[in-house]
Amino acid sequence: MTTETHIWKLLEDVSDPEIPVLSILDLGVLKKVQVQEDGKVQVTITPTYSGCPAMNTIAADIRLKLLAEGFKDVVVNLQLSPAWTTDWLSEDGRRKLEEYGIAPPVEPDGDIHALFGRDTVVRCPVCQSENTKLVSQFGSTSCKAHYQCNACLEPFDYFKCLK
Amino acid sequence: MDLQHTPTVHLQNYSPELRAQLLDYTLQLADTSLILGHRLSEWCGHGPILEQDLAMANIALDLIGETRSLYQYAAELESQGRTEDDLAYLREAVEYKNPLLVEQPNGDFGDTVMRQFIFDGFHFFLLKDLQNSPDSGLAGIAAKSFKEASYHIKWSSEWIIRLGDGTEESKRRIQKSLENLWMYSGELFSMTHTEEQLSQAGLIPDYRTLQPQWEAHVGKVFAEATLEVPQNVFMQKGGKTGRHTEHLGYLLTELQYLQRAYPGLEW
Repeated sequence: MTTETHIWKLLEDVSDPEIPVLSILDLGVLKKVQVQEDGKVQVTITPTYSGCPAMNTIAADIRLKLLAEGFKDVVVNLQLSPAWTTDWLSEDGRRKLEEYGIAPPVEPDGDIHALFGRDTVVRCPVCQSENTKLVSQFGSTSCKAHYQCNACLEPFDYFKCLK
Repeated sequence: MDLQHTPTVHLQNYSPELRAQLLDYTLQLADTSLILGHRLSEWCGHGPILEQDLAMANIALDLIGETRSLYQYAAELESQGRTEDDLAYLREAVEYKNPLLVEQPNGDFGDTVMRQFIFDGFHFFLLKDLQNSPDSGLAGIAAKSFKEASYHIKWSSEWIIRLGDGTEESKRRIQKSLENLWMYSGELFSMTHTEEQLSQAGLIPDYRTLQPQWEAHVGKVFAEATLEVPQNVFMQKGGKTGRHTEHLGYLLTELQYLQRAYPGLEW
């Protein structure tokens, strides 16, 4: 196993501070790991949303994790382009989200109907009913919308599609 | 800070003149998002209902996220050692290049929604084009923010319809917001000297092609909202060249207070 593969493996332990069931690999936020000849480690991450306040925490967690594993020089870079999309969310990540009570993004064409259009059918993560309603496009964090289930009445978060 | 921005462009290929123009333009975009983001953040904890309080805070966060990327890029273009924080916190009102619309006070919820709606359409169509710019710095930021702006325009469009085609009171008030703010809409599309030059160089869209797209969307929403667009309005401008309304000074006083009082302070 190369050092880089080893680091990818280690970083499976770093989770999103706002959705702790998801690792940064599940989320598709971890983009690149490079180890230079002098041993310096460069890790590149990309934000889900421009203003995502979790990025600094994630960067700090990556550094702490790698420093604890004996890497001496760790730099975390932020890269905007190509812009993150919910397509990068792993299958495993989708499953974990639903189990955690957050509806995963609906495939395949996203739910940005900016200039109106149909509403997305989002399934309730608690009772699986498709009879749900959007309460607000903006929820507890940038990446989530606020829904309610008409069947079991449970309010829940929906991880918005971003394409 | 633990996080470093990846330099995205090969700026050495640009002439000093082009670089200065890009800097000017990038600052203008950054100032615009910062000031509007700040205005929206003033609602935090004061929204009419919790969901809309959250919505405005979320939109503010997106705009301020966009602002940070733009100021970081501007700092790179300038390469005089100033950072994103210096650019946001240590410039005077006359150096700010945001259009007048975004510095207008929040007023009531309808005024805020109207200001947002007028801006969102402009922002949406601008970013949609700008993400194809041959300048990878601007294109990358635009592509990122375009996705977010899609949610913003949906939110403000729906609220315009709800308030316009709502109760007698909500209609009266949102119509008044429209009449008060419409005079600031023209400046969004009036191009500065820098914008003309960059557009001719093919780096940014020609705003004259954006305006009809914006008008079509705005017209459709106003019609559905049963609102009447004011006619023969004298369009105010000046913000994009540093001539602002009195409101900006007060806003910056609050925004910049901490860095002015405690230079270099970090969280």
